Amino acid sequence: MINLIVLPILIPLLTAVLLIFFASKVKTQRWISAISALLNIGVAFSVVRKVFVDGIQILNVGSWVAPFGITLVSDMLSALLVLTTTIIGFAVILYSFSSIGKEREKYYYYALVQFLLVGVIGAFTTGDIFNLFVFFEVMLMASYVLLVIGGTKIQLRESLKYLTVNVISSALFVISVAYLYSVVGTLNMAQISERIGSLEEMPGILTVIAVLFLIVFGMKGAIFPLYFWLPGSYFAPPIPVMALFGALLTKVGVYSIIRTFTLFFFQDKDYTYELLMILAIITVVVGVIGSIAYWNIKKIIIYNIITAIGVILYGVSVATTTSFTGSILYLIHDMLIKAALFLLIGVMIKITGTSNLRQFSGLIKHYPGLAWTFFIAAISLAGIPPFSGFVGKLLVIQGGFTAEEYIGATIILLSSLLVLYSVMKIFIHGFWGVPKEYAKKESISYRALLFPIVLIITISVLYGIGSDYVYSYVSQAVQTLVNPELYIEAVLKE
Amino acid sequence: MKSSDVILQTTSKIVFFVILLFAIHLFFEGHYRPGGGFVGGLVTAGAIVLFLLAFDIKTVSILLPFDYKWVTAIGLLISILTAAGSIVFNVPFFTHTYDHFHLPLIGETSLHTAALFDLGVYLVVVGVTMTIIQTIGESE
Repeated sequence: MINLIVLPILIPLLTAVLLIFFASKVKTQRWISAISALLNIGVAFSVVRKVFVDGIQILNVGSWVAPFGITLVSDMLSALLVLTTTIIGFAVILYSFSSIGKEREKYYYYALVQFLLVGVIGAFTTGDIFNLFVFFEVMLMASYVLLVIGGTKIQLRESLKYLTVNVISSALFVISVAYLYSVVGTLNMAQISERIGSLEEMPGILTVIAVLFLIVFGMKGAIFPLYFWLPGSYFAPPIPVMALFGALLTKVGVYSIIRTFTLFFFQDKDYTYELLMILAIITVVVGVIGSIAYWNIKKIIIYNIITAIGVILYGVSVATTTSFTGSILYLIHDMLIKAALFLLIGVMIKITGTSNLRQFSGLIKHYPGLAWTFFIAAISLAGIPPFSGFVGKLLVIQGGFTAEEYIGATIILLSSLLVLYSVMKIFIHGFWGVPKEYAKKESISYRALLFPIVLIITISVLYGIGSDYVYSYVSQAVQTLVNPELYIEAVLKE
Repeated sequence: MKSSDVILQTTSKIVFFVILLFAIHLFFEGHYRPGGGFVGGLVTAGAIVLFLLAFDIKTVSILLPFDYKWVTAIGLLISILTAAGSIVFNVPFFTHTYDHFHLPLIGETSLHTAALFDLGVYLVVVGVTMTIIQTIGESE
């Protein structure tokens, strides 16, 4: 079946359209979206198997051969990210059933989630730089609506900020693509890479374009000087939306940085990679400072996103096989664990009615399941050995030390400690201590909420324990990153 | 407020059909000359907006009893299914096809599946524009 790699995009797209027809029937909406999400996990899994067995998969959309039409490319990196996205999508949809509320559900909530998944999966799969822009917009427009849906005051304020920032960065994206197009004369990523690669040395204008792309994707992915919008905007929406944003949106920016820097701008590494490294290190520092400064559990997790992005991009900027492997392992781990953490604090907020850590304690007495799930999530986040964050971070740091980038590697090593402190603070102050009476004692569907979280945590634990097995997949993904020729050959064969 | 609109209402009744014909013309021209689903849809929406200006929202919703959200969704469905039809024939997604047909009145015509895709675009544009205008018009 030659259309296999378009199916992960097509299934949520068709589902989203179908859901528009069933706007008033909440039960039907839930069934349709859950079934389609589950189906998509299966399809994404078979894409991963296919890429693993047969190498990079391409699909020339509309039968137009490679540089002239849009090409969808599924190498191992994008296949793995698509699989992770579908898993997170499924878990968040299940979580939404008993938390998002009828009002929002009737207002096309599930359709919007599916559109968001279309955008994210499309951005991971496309092989055309302008098509990447289009999928970015699909993703962003869905995220605008998901951010504002419900219409509370804080949501309105924050979506105005979020919208402004993203409109500006999208305009900058178009400008960057226009510059790049005027230099290389093509939009197909493989052909861009081939044309830049055939130059004797990288001319100054391409370095400028590289920095422009860094600014654009850095704004989407929240790296150091461009992260300012994230803490406020991610604070506003309801929990499942927050989980989707935290787990997926910034990671698309990170993926785009990885893709453009390894595929386009690999020749003259001195300036661009140095810049990326400095920014990544400062991002880690900023994230860590934010996460230990706050007593609001939402804010703590939000700043942990920023830290993780710094760690991943540090691995990319070192640009050795080891550090790339570490980055990708950490990227997938981080998507899973951030989704789980957001959903977990969602349950805590539902129980206690507040997100201020100083106002509750002793949750472990009545909710031991929640407590231990949170504990596992927390130590995986920090990277304690049997769990999933360990191998990725280890390889990133190892890559840093072998490339003699001691400062960055040391900072990341130390940052793990503070990350652990920030989540353990939640655990110690929130779960231990004397139980308090909470204002809202009405029975919340605690088990239904915990199920998708346990699902993600289980996958994440398996991911950590089965690192050997995962490693064979990830090393295949790294091959395309260190060897752009593989990508070019797969797309521009004949 | 209503009483003095006789001239506007009478002209809009005639002009509506002229605009609509022009929109359909633009839509079918798309393949060979400037035009297509997007601009065709916009002009159609423009015709309906003229009705909205001359009459009021209630009258127009009696005249054209569509839920424009559904129009959008149906348009999307048509476009996606046209693109996805290629999966059935095991050719790459979005592959279009065409053939020559002998139709009773028009005679020898070439029909292309891209027109179906365009029809979807047309419906989406009409649906989205009208949804925007109606919602803003109705909200107090």
